[in-house]
Formats: sequence, structure tokens, C-alpha cells
Amino acid sequence: MNELESKSARFVALCMLGMVLFNYPFLALFNVTGSLFGVPALYAYLFIAWAALITLMALVAESGH
Amino acid sequence: MLHETTIVLISFLYLGVLFAIAYYADERADAGRSVIASPYVYSLSLAVYATAWTFYGSVGRAASDGVGFLPIYVGPTLMIALWWVVLRKILRISKQNRITSLADFIASRYGKSALLGGLVTVIAVIGILPYISLQLKAVSSSFTILVQYPEIAMPATIGATSIRQDTALWVALILAAFTIAFGTRHLDAAEHHQGMVAAIAFESLVKLLAFLAVGVFVTFGIYNGFGDLFARAAAQPKMSAMFAPLEGVAGGYANWVWLTILSMMAIMFLPRQFQVAVIENVDEKHVNKAIWLFPVYMLAINVFVLPIAFGGLLRFPDGSVDADTFVLTLPMAEKQELLALLVFIGGLSAATGMVIVETIALSTMVCNDLVMPVLLRLRRLRLNERRDLTGLLLGIRRGAIVLILLLGYIYFKLAGEAYALVSIGLISFAAVAQFAPAIFGGIFWKGGTRSGALCGLLAGFAVWLYTLLLPALARSGWLPIGLLDRGPFGIELLKPLQLFGLAGLDQISHAMIWSMIANVGAYVAGSLLVSPSADEHRQASLFVDVFRHTGGPGGARFWRGTASVPDLYSVLARFLGTGTADGVFHGYAAARGLRWPTDTLVADAELVHQVEVQLAGAIGAASARIMVGSVVKEEALSIEEVREILDEASQVVVYSHRLQQKSRELEAATAELRQANERLTELDRLKDDFVSTVTHELRTPLTSIRAFTEILLEDPEVEAEQRRKFLGIITKEAERLTRLINQVLDLSKIESGKADWVATQVDMKEVISDTVAAMEQLFKEKNIEVEARLPERVSSVTVDLDRMIQVMLNLLSNAVKFCDGLNGRVEIALSERDGSLRVDVCDNGRGIGAENHEAIFSKFHQVGNTLTDKPHGSGLGLHISRQIVEHFGGRMWVESSLGSGARFSFTLPTGSQT
Repeated sequence: MNELESKSARFVALCMLGMVLFNYPFLALFNVTGSLFGVPALYAYLFIAWAALITLMALVAESGH
Repeated sequence: MLHETTIVLISFLYLGVLFAIAYYADERADAGRSVIASPYVYSLSLAVYATAWTFYGSVGRAASDGVGFLPIYVGPTLMIALWWVVLRKILRISKQNRITSLADFIASRYGKSALLGGLVTVIAVIGILPYISLQLKAVSSSFTILVQYPEIAMPATIGATSIRQDTALWVALILAAFTIAFGTRHLDAAEHHQGMVAAIAFESLVKLLAFLAVGVFVTFGIYNGFGDLFARAAAQPKMSAMFAPLEGVAGGYANWVWLTILSMMAIMFLPRQFQVAVIENVDEKHVNKAIWLFPVYMLAINVFVLPIAFGGLLRFPDGSVDADTFVLTLPMAEKQELLALLVFIGGLSAATGMVIVETIALSTMVCNDLVMPVLLRLRRLRLNERRDLTGLLLGIRRGAIVLILLLGYIYFKLAGEAYALVSIGLISFAAVAQFAPAIFGGIFWKGGTRSGALCGLLAGFAVWLYTLLLPALARSGWLPIGLLDRGPFGIELLKPLQLFGLAGLDQISHAMIWSMIANVGAYVAGSLLVSPSADEHRQASLFVDVFRHTGGPGGARFWRGTASVPDLYSVLARFLGTGTADGVFHGYAAARGLRWPTDTLVADAELVHQVEVQLAGAIGAASARIMVGSVVKEEALSIEEVREILDEASQVVVYSHRLQQKSRELEAATAELRQANERLTELDRLKDDFVSTVTHELRTPLTSIRAFTEILLEDPEVEAEQRRKFLGIITKEAERLTRLINQVLDLSKIESGKADWVATQVDMKEVISDTVAAMEQLFKEKNIEVEARLPERVSSVTVDLDRMIQVMLNLLSNAVKFCDGLNGRVEIALSERDGSLRVDVCDNGRGIGAENHEAIFSKFHQVGNTLTDKPHGSGLGLHISRQIVEHFGGRMWVESSLGSGARFSFTLPTGSQT
């Protein structure tokens, strides 16, 4: 039961992390006309943050087997 | 050239392939080798979330406000992070209660309420209609555009007048026929639609590949990669403004956040998502992989959205081409016939996947939660006479599928033209979001009641109708547009798009704020104000505590009444067919060691419960309740009785917790006892050793005393000289004996704590000088040089003076004993440091090996071979000395190595200690 609970807590924490990443003020920081690696900054930020979040979710999901 | 016939043929060919896959999967399922029992298929089937909206609409949205399409996919990712907590619970509940749909879930949670199930169904059907119309619009317009190839013309400018040319109607009818063939071949709502799931997973692959193909073509075929494409876009002021789209719009961030929240709910409560994620799930463990695979899918299908949007805007700068069609029109403009065809098939697969699953889910709801409860109540007697009702159930479902698709078509005709694809879909999202309070509240809050859920759903749905559906109809010209501009009856405060004067938000955020306030408020208020019935109380507990009730008797505990086995059998056979009914009764009898139908079964609570659950799997919880209620005589349980049963259950849990606690304590006590026993055994062994050593030590002097006295006694002629020598030995041995006995007594006193300690302020300088003086004679005899290095002044210590002298005497006599025989030298040093005195006694004897440094402090330890060397002492002196020093809070140790003397040291704290 303990392992299940800690896994739940990790997922909830990841959800919170996502809510922070995809919200004001982080969005505002990248809401500029400039580019990042030749890609619009906000677009690049969203995809990088999204991919990172999914990676973390995969790590938590596949842990503890 | 792409002929109309070619396209139609290829489309049907594609649908045929789907059907073949479904057929194959069904066959495999019947053979017991399921193809969908894989987390990968499960994850792909979840991607039914990506519809024509994703396929065509996202690009349209991106072309107007940059990254504005993304919350629709980021939101679900956030929700999926919570799946481990939420979805697992919903899955467990649904499996235990054989839930058949979203409406069934809500109805079942709130006391198997047929009214609530019906309301949820109505909301779902009306709410989803815009979404279905979106798919029809996407397929028909993509078809209309594609047949113009190589021309690029928008459907609106072509104008279809005759029925034959009304593509959307044809699409609706074909899809209805296809879905009926697909999903309602036989009555298996309780089982899984394995064929459908396999086909949907395949469709997810097709649409992803098609979209990625266009993305790669636009980005790397038309332009030279992302950098080139975005650089060109940046050169256009209109597009470079979209690089930072959130600033310009009033409430840009609020809109973003609301869209995220909205899609978080949509991923859970769209009927088709509930269908594939919950109803069609074959193994809870698949969730584990889907948690990250499905978000990866969403990420992949979105990477090229913005590049395609910018590519389209660059290619068609005059705005003549609808951005919703860029995915298709870009390959067409570049004369990529095959790619355009692939795109059309991709869009078709996105749309058909959605329509198939959505209508199957909705038709199940309409049948189980809307039509059947009404029929069973209205014409109960006549229905009960019918022997086989499976045909009726299938008929209702098929009718519902056709009806839903036609309604979708009508909505498309009424309001579809005025909105872009994404805007149409969002209206549906907002409708299903209304289920969120009732479901989340239902699985986490036992206090949520039927009245609360009814009020919440009604209030939320009413606001949705007023703020989203009404404006959609008004904009399409079916209601006076003045309603939007001036408000009903000219009341500005009630303007549907700026309710109570709330302005500055987009339409969806505005509707979400008001509908959620109304919904949650009414749900909570209704739940708190109206107390629940016994049924609701029971269901609330079964849902919220699902993980606690696992493996228990479940719902059967709550039933009391009388029933007959033939009645139960016939009601089951009517809805599920005799085959299934026989199976259920066989299984039930076998579990009790009986044979059916030869042995007599008792229609007890467990059997009634089994029948009801089986029925619920086919016709929904509410209908099953009515059916079972019609053949059994049920005694209604009062709410107090339900509470009692629940209390009993929770008391059992408490007892079992206590029992576990007790057993843990017992284990701990056992372990302690075992340890104590081991210690006792060890002590016993030590005591034996001690006794035998003491006996041995006592016997040595006794033996020599006895030997010499015997000589003197038997031989009177011993010379005087000899006699004196013998007597001297006897005296010395007797002294040694006395000393030994004294030490043993002393030791036992110290160890048992009975020793008298007289603690006084003692000056160690004096102790040392006194003992050295007392032993001066001995040193001289042995020709040993003594040096005592004492400081001027030292702090006094609180110790027993006599005991300290005993310690010093012991150390000094040891030093004397082991000193070098010729040039013996003993050094005594006293020093004070860090609040403690330290005494060192060094000799220059043969030293002690490191292996004996601790051993010499144990009882009766003699360094050296006791057989060959003559023992030099009792072996108790150092042991006692250490006990004394430790008693006063000090420490005693030795530093030495063989051949270089030994240094015995001890410390004593100078603070006042006893």
C-alpha cells in the first residue's frame, strides 16, 4: 500500500508541476516575438516543457516493478 | 486525376478494411486470444480523442491565434497525470458494478436513479450533437474540396442544392449504417466491443501517419525545415504577431487556463473517452503504460500544427482558403495527388473513429438509461410477457444511432456553417464538463446525493444552453440576433455572451465560469440540504470506499427479501438469452458445490445481487433495478439499517486493524523474549565459566598448601631451614587465597551494585604519591626505578578514596610484575585536560599484543600460556579496576605492543559525579 501511495503522491505532484508550467507567469516569460532555435519562443517552450512532463510521467509510471 | 468515384471507392475500401480488422479481432476474442489485451492497443484506442477537430481544426485555430490550439492537448496530459488516482478508482468501481456507460455510472452512484441516468443521457446527446456535426462537416467539406482537384475552391462557394449533392447527409447515413454493423451486431454491452477497439486503434495509427506525412511535406518539402518556415513567417507582420499570441487578447491567459481545465474534464467525461478508457478496458494494468503513451501520441500529432498553419498562411495570403482546410489544400496546391488522398483518408479515419465510438456510447446510454426505464415502467406487464428482449434492446440501440447521426446532421445544417471546427467542438466540451462535479464528487465525497447531482446537472446544463447553444443558433439566423446584442427583452445584464456584465473573456471561458459556479453550487447545496435515501447511502459507500470493499460481499449485504429461482432465471434469460443465463446459474451453483438445475438453489441475497449485476451489464443499473424489483419481494431497508450495515463493515475493518496491531505487538514481544532468553543463556554460560575458573584459581594455592603441609606432617625430619621455607610458601599461598577470595567477594559486590561507595573530594596527586610511597619497598626489592611526574596542581575528583588507592595499587603492582627483570622502570604521569584527569602508568616489560588489549580487562584473564607460565595474579585486578573507574564516569584502557612495554591509562571526570 505504501508504494501505491507514494506513486499517487508523485503523480499528483507532477500534475501540480504541469499546472505551474502551463500557466501565467511562465507562459508570459516566453510570450515574446523572439525565436528559440529558430522556432517561436512560446511554441518551443511549450513543446519542451510538455515533453519533459511526459518523460517524468513515464518514469513514475514505469517505476516500482 | 482524382475522380469522385475513385475517392468514394477508396473511402469504402478503407471502411472495408476497418470492418475486416474488427471482424478479425472479434473472431480472435471468441477464440479467447484477444488482440486488444495490450497496453499499446489500449493507448492507441484512447487516441480516439483526436478527431477531425485535431486533424483539420487545430491548424485552423493555429492560423488565427498561434499556440491557442494546444490547451486542448496539454490539459488532458495534466488530467492523465491524475489517472493513477482517478481513473483506477473509476475502473474498479465500474468493473464491480458492471457499469455500461457514463450515464449508468452517475445513475448507479446516486442510488440507481433512473431520473438521473435519463438526465445525463439527454445532456450527453444534446451536448455531443455539435461535436458530431463537426465530424460531418469536416468529412463532407474535405470530400467536396478534394473532388475539385486540381482546383481549390471552398464548399461555401460551390453551393450544394440537391439531396444527391448533400454530402453531409450521405456521410451521416453511411456512418450510421457502418456503426450499426459495427457496434450492435449482437448484444454485448456488458462484454467488450473488441472488434471496435481494434479498428479504432488502427484508425489512430492511420490519422497520425497521415498528419505527420503532411507536416513533413510542408516543413521539409515546401520549405527548408522549421527554421526557414518560421523565418519567413516572422517576416510577415500578421504572422510574427502570432509568435506571442497571448498578450494581444484581453484575458488571454484566463482563456488559456479555462481551455486547459475544460479539456481536462473532456478527456474524462466525453462519452467516447469514458467508453474506451473505462468500459472497454480489459486490464487495469494497461493504465500504467497509457499514462505516458497517450500523451506522447498527442504530442506527436501536434508538432506540425503550427508549421502547417504558417505554411498555409504563406501559401494562401489572400484569405480565400479556409484555414481549417490547409491540411488538405496545401498538398493539393502543390499537386501532390496521393498525399492529398492520404490526408483525406486520415481525416476520414479521425472522423469515423469519433463517430463510431461516440454513437455506440450514446446509443447504449439512450437505450439503457432513457428508453428502457420508461418502457419498463410504462408497459411493464407486456414487456414481462415477452420471452426474449434482446431483439428489442438491439432495435433501440440501432434506432438511437441513426437518430443521433441525423440530429448531428440537423445541427450541422442549423448552426454548423457559422463556426470554425474548434469552436463547434468546444461547445460540446463545455457540455460534458457539466458531469465533472457529479462524478468527482461521487467518487470522493460520500455526502454527495441524488438531489445534489440533479440540481447541479440541471443548473449547469441550463447555463450551457443559454450561454453557448443559444448564441450558436442566434448567429446562424435561427433566433433574432438582437438577443445577443441587447439581451432578452432588452435586459443588458442577461446578454448570453456577457452574463451579468462579465466581459473581456472569450465565449467558452465565459460559459465555463458561470456554468461551473451554478453546477458546483447547486450540487453542494442540494447535497447538504436534502438528506439521502438508504439506496443512495449504500451506493455512496460502495463507490467512495471501493478499494476497501474489494473482495467483500459487496452489494449483497444490503438486500433483504424473498425471491424465487425460476423468476430470477427467466428475467435474466429474457434480456441476456438462455445461454448466458444458464452460464450465470451454473457458475453460481458451482461456487457453492452444487449442480444446476438438478440441485435446488436458494434464492438468497447473493443470487439476487448476481442477477441484478448481470442485468445491469446489459441494460444499466437503473433498469436492472426495476426489472429485479418486479420479480422479487423486497423489504426496503431503512436508512438506519443501511448505516448499521456500513458501520458493521467499518467496525470489521477497525477490528481487523486492531487485530493486526495486536499480532504485531505479539511478534515484537516474542522477539524481545527470545533476546532476553539468549542473554540469559549467555549469562548462565558466563556464570559457569566464572565458577569453574574461580574453582580452578582457588584450587591452585590450596593444592600447594596441602602438599607442603602434608610433607611437614608426614616427615618430622625436615630440616629447620627447609621447614621455614615450606611454611613461608604456605603462608604466601594462604595470603594469595585470601586475596583471591576478597577480590571475588569485592567483584560480586560491585557487579550486583551492593558495593558501598563513599564518594569524597579526592586529590589524585596525593593518591599517587601515597601509593608510590607504600610500594617503595617493593620497587627497591625488585630494583625498579620509579618516576612520578605530577603537575603542581590538579582539580580534585569526586571518588571513593579507598577504591582509587586500590586501582593505583593494582596498576603499580601489575607494572612491577611485568617490568624488565634487570633494568625495570615504571613511570607514572598525571595530567588534566578537557575536564578530566588522566593517569598513565608505563612499564618497560614485555608488552601486550594488540589482540589482548581488551581481553586483559575481562575476568580471570592471564596473558600468556597458563599451562607453562606461573600465574602472576588472580586475573581479577584489572577487571575490578576498570569497573571502579567506569563507576565514577571514567575510562580505562591500555596501549602497548609486544616487546615495548605497556601504558595503562585511565581518566576521571573532574566535575562533581558519583
